[in-house]
Amino acid sequence: MYNFDFEQPGSVEDAVAALKEEDALALSGGQTLIPSMKQRLNAPSKLVSLTGIEALKGVCQNGDTLSVGAATTHATVAADGGAYAALAALAGGIGDPAVRNRGTLGGSLANNDPAACYPSAVLASGATVVTNAREIAADDFFDGMFATALDEGEIITSVNFPIPEKASYQKFEQPASRFALTGVFVAKYADGVRVAVTGASEEGVMRWAEAEAALSADFSPEAVDGLTVAADGLISDLHGTPEYRANLIKVLTKRAVAAA
Amino acid sequence: MTEVKMTVNGRAVSGDAEGRTLLSTFLRETLGMTGTHVGCDTSQCGACVVHVNGNAVKSCTMFAHEAAGAEVATIEGQAAPDGTLNKIQQAFQDYHGLQCGFCTPGMVMSAAALLKENPQPTEAEVRDYLEGNICRCTGYHNIVRAIMAASGQEVPAVAAE
Repeated sequence: MYNFDFEQPGSVEDAVAALKEEDALALSGGQTLIPSMKQRLNAPSKLVSLTGIEALKGVCQNGDTLSVGAATTHATVAADGGAYAALAALAGGIGDPAVRNRGTLGGSLANNDPAACYPSAVLASGATVVTNAREIAADDFFDGMFATALDEGEIITSVNFPIPEKASYQKFEQPASRFALTGVFVAKYADGVRVAVTGASEEGVMRWAEAEAALSADFSPEAVDGLTVAADGLISDLHGTPEYRANLIKVLTKRAVAAA
Repeated sequence: MTEVKMTVNGRAVSGDAEGRTLLSTFLRETLGMTGTHVGCDTSQCGACVVHVNGNAVKSCTMFAHEAAGAEVATIEGQAAPDGTLNKIQQAFQDYHGLQCGFCTPGMVMSAAALLKENPQPTEAEVRDYLEGNICRCTGYHNIVRAIMAASGQEVPAVAAE
């Protein structure tokens, strides 16, 4: 890995200032960034560590919203996120225990890996991504594979999840990487059902509108029986064809509804 | 290079580290504590697991500067000062939980983290918790049995027997 300057500011303001340098990057848990730097896919001149900022950590319930600090680890969300049980279960299934002790919600979202788990929860929950500068609706945040609405140097500070009536995340795990070969998050709210799919589309996390309509009318696994998912635009790799992933989306949606 | 200070196995230590110096590199090369092994260097194998402020982490996927001021625990701190093995280490010996031994430091540190969190895990919970620790001697059954024994529970007859 190429060398870089390391900074660990204690406040969001100091972190924003430190990120103004050209080629500076924010470092959260580093569970993706450090391996990619070892491969020289990333070579920042400076890393600004966010995990020393206490204001970015913790899980807190405000009425029917669960607010999670961006630098909260997966392990902490799994342990303290019980008010939104499906979210806590998702966090407890990411990677392995040692990865969950470092990886963070904000890091996962800012990276927007097309097979990451968290983007599906944020999109299915219609959550709000809060940054140092603004609030971004989930539907506006994800912008294709590894791309988001974040500007240069903009830092996610927290995410506000409306707590659903029922929800479940079902992941078909790629056992070597422990990422989702395909994963589906189903969340039922008073005003309708949202279904988000990760690991399947070449555009990254996506909603499945037909299933949302069917499940909003009838929240049962059978409600999606008549639907089919087009394989166009789905990921093809050695682990699965687009057709295989299309089938997984439907199977996992049914499992999620049954488990919710 | 700038100085980084931390506590390792209860001892205050310091050394110079570049930004890119991994915690595993700092432990092994700067401090000379080679008990922590680096197997894959890609976050897959778990041989490098240490505890940072009580949490199991992969020391190959954390920078030394990120551990500044932290309490780090490594395999070297597991046995008593007179060399008496702790109960997890002893159980690994008793149940033949190691063959070549390369993965053992990470296995023992992961097991210690598990038993702190869950003192009486089921066999399934042990296997689930060790998801990030790979043993290339394929010694998982005896590792699981050793951890069950270290938790003071009956040691299961595992499926392959």
